[in-house]
Amino acid sequence: MQSRKKLFFQGFLDILPLMIPVIPFGIIFGAIGIELGFGPYITYASSIIIFSGASQIVIFQLLSAGASSLVAVTSSSVVSTRHLLYGAVVSQHINKLSIYWKIGLSYILTDQAFAVSNEFFLKNKNNKFKHYHLLGSGLTLWFIWQITTIAGIILGSIVPEELGLTFTIPLTFLALLVSYLRNYDHLVVIILSGITSIIFFNAPFKSYIIISSLIALVGAFFIIKFKKRKK
Amino acid sequence: MNIWISIIIAGFINYFTRLGSILAIKPNKLGPKTKELLNYVPSAVFPAIIFPAVFLSNEGNLVEFNDPKVIAISIAFLFGIFTKNLILTIISGLTSFWIIIFFV
Repeated sequence: MQSRKKLFFQGFLDILPLMIPVIPFGIIFGAIGIELGFGPYITYASSIIIFSGASQIVIFQLLSAGASSLVAVTSSSVVSTRHLLYGAVVSQHINKLSIYWKIGLSYILTDQAFAVSNEFFLKNKNNKFKHYHLLGSGLTLWFIWQITTIAGIILGSIVPEELGLTFTIPLTFLALLVSYLRNYDHLVVIILSGITSIIFFNAPFKSYIIISSLIALVGAFFIIKFKKRKK
Repeated sequence: MNIWISIIIAGFINYFTRLGSILAIKPNKLGPKTKELLNYVPSAVFPAIIFPAVFLSNEGNLVEFNDPKVIAISIAFLFGIFTKNLILTIISGLTSFWIIIFFV
């Protein structure tokens, strides 16, 4: 059995490549906060309090565009609803842990940490200390996100817009899907989710992410049914 | 002050979307079909973030097929399929994106 330290370090190593896109994303976020006029304190505090790049950008953009707090908070929360699905997946692996572990791990359950640690959990179902992997991956991302937000606040407009660093965001999420791309059934779900997200892009409160995720899961449900019938 | 309150409420809700299902779901009560369905969560969620960021412009219109983002993500996609390697997927996408916008 691997020791806890080793598992923690494994989580750190597994999420490390994802820092290539997360670092510019964090810097961009810090710079956007300042550019939109939120000042250094609010911009940085949001990285601790919300700690979710997508939700942070949504709330900042809407507030600065003059939307009411209610609309901004609702939209940012709707963007976060995808975490409910991550929690449902992860709960299968950490359900025996104490409530304190669950409270702590929930805070660091980001897209990236979920993706790399869930893959580890699936391969190491019987490891008693496998949650240390999520602790390692989640804390690494948290730490980098804090540092890069501060870097973005300080550097601000020094980061040239021509570099097109926002492209790193979709690229990250594509990289998180690499292990699924060769499976036809997953590929169908991926395309279904992608196309419906474009169709529902203008749905209120940025709900297109959760709408298309749920539609894609309905598609996955039928794929599972179809596969069973074929057997 | 209003902004602070908004951030704190958004933070609370965001946190509870993470904690909520971890606390609410009892895995031994999930059927095998539901567990199988949950395997598709990454494939169902992530594309909803990828597609609009690549295929829609800032104004929300569909971009052309020769848009640098579309070409670069296609190259990264191919690298992803053939190598199954996360780092190579990111590096291939980013370098091809920069080559296109700076040199082509």
